[in-house]
Amino acid sequence: MAVRAWARVGRLVAVLTIHREIIEAIVAHARRDHPDEACGVVAGPVGSDAPLRHIPMENAERSTTFYRFDSTEQLRVWREMDDRDEEPVVIYHSHTATEPYPSRTDVSYAGEPNAHYLLVSTRDEHTAEIRSFRIVDGQVSEEPVQLVDESMDPMRSIEKSGDPHAVQSFMFGQSPATVDYECQH
Amino acid sequence: MAIDVRIPTILRSYTGGAKAVSGAGDNLAELLTNLDGSYPGLRGRLITPEGGLHRFVNIYVNDEDVRFLGSLDAKISDGDTVTILPAVAGGAFGLAAAAAVLGR
Ligand SMILES: [Zn+2]
Repeated sequence: MAVRAWARVGRLVAVLTIHREIIEAIVAHARRDHPDEACGVVAGPVGSDAPLRHIPMENAERSTTFYRFDSTEQLRVWREMDDRDEEPVVIYHSHTATEPYPSRTDVSYAGEPNAHYLLVSTRDEHTAEIRSFRIVDGQVSEEPVQLVDESMDPMRSIEKSGDPHAVQSFMFGQSPATVDYECQH
Repeated sequence: MAIDVRIPTILRSYTGGAKAVSGAGDNLAELLTNLDGSYPGLRGRLITPEGGLHRFVNIYVNDEDVRFLGSLDAKISDGDTVTILPAVAGGAFGLAAAAAVLGR
C-alpha cells in the first residue's frame, strides 16, 4: 500500500511525494505539447498532501512562453474536486526553452497556498528536468521530490500504452530525490 | 435578495475561514461592494485600483466567466451562485515580457 508512504509526510514537511506513474504522465504531457507550454493539476483528498488524480489541462494561450488554464475548464475541474473532497495538491506547467524555475509571472499568479508548484523543462529532448516549489505570499521555496514506485517494472507503461511518450527519462533539480519503493506484488 | 458566493482558499482569511458566504446586489460591482462591508479588504483583492477586474482572479456567475458577461456589469439575480477562483497562469518570462509578447 503506497498510502503508507504519505502517513509520514505531514502538511508542514517540505517534500513532494508522488507516484512515478504520475510524474511519467506529466512528462509525457509536456513532451506532447512541446514547444508550447503544458499545464495541469494533480488532485488529492483535502488535507492529505497526496497527489493521486492527474488532470491534464488545456493551455488556453497555446504559447511557447505562457500558459493559462481555460477558465471554463478550470471551473468544471475545481467543482469536481470540491464534490470529491479533493484539492489541487500539485499544479504543474512546463518551460520549453528555459530552466524549470518559477518566473516572476509564475510567482505573481500563484494562488493556491496549499499546492506544490511542479515545473518541468523540456528544453533537452532526451532528459526532462523536474523541480518542485512552494509559493506562498510571493516567497518561493524549493523542495525535494520523493518518488513512490508501485510496480517496480520499468517497462510497464510503454508496453501497456504503446505511447512513445509514455516512458521518458527525467531528472530532479534537487538531490537527493529519493525513490521510495512500495511493491504491491 | 441573497447570492451564494464561493470563496477560494487564498481569500478565506477575509471571511473568517468560510468557504461560502452570502451577499446582495443586482450586478457584480454591487455584490463586491456589499461583500466588502461584511468582509473588509476582500474587494481590494478582486478589483484593481483603476476599477477593473484583477487579472489574478476568475469570477463566475453560475457557469459563466464574468469576462463574457460584461465583467463588473454582469447581472446577478436572487439564487445565483458566484464563484471566485484564482486564475492559474504563468510562463517562462516576467509579466512585462509576457505582456509584450502577447500584446497586452
Ligand atoms: Zn513558468
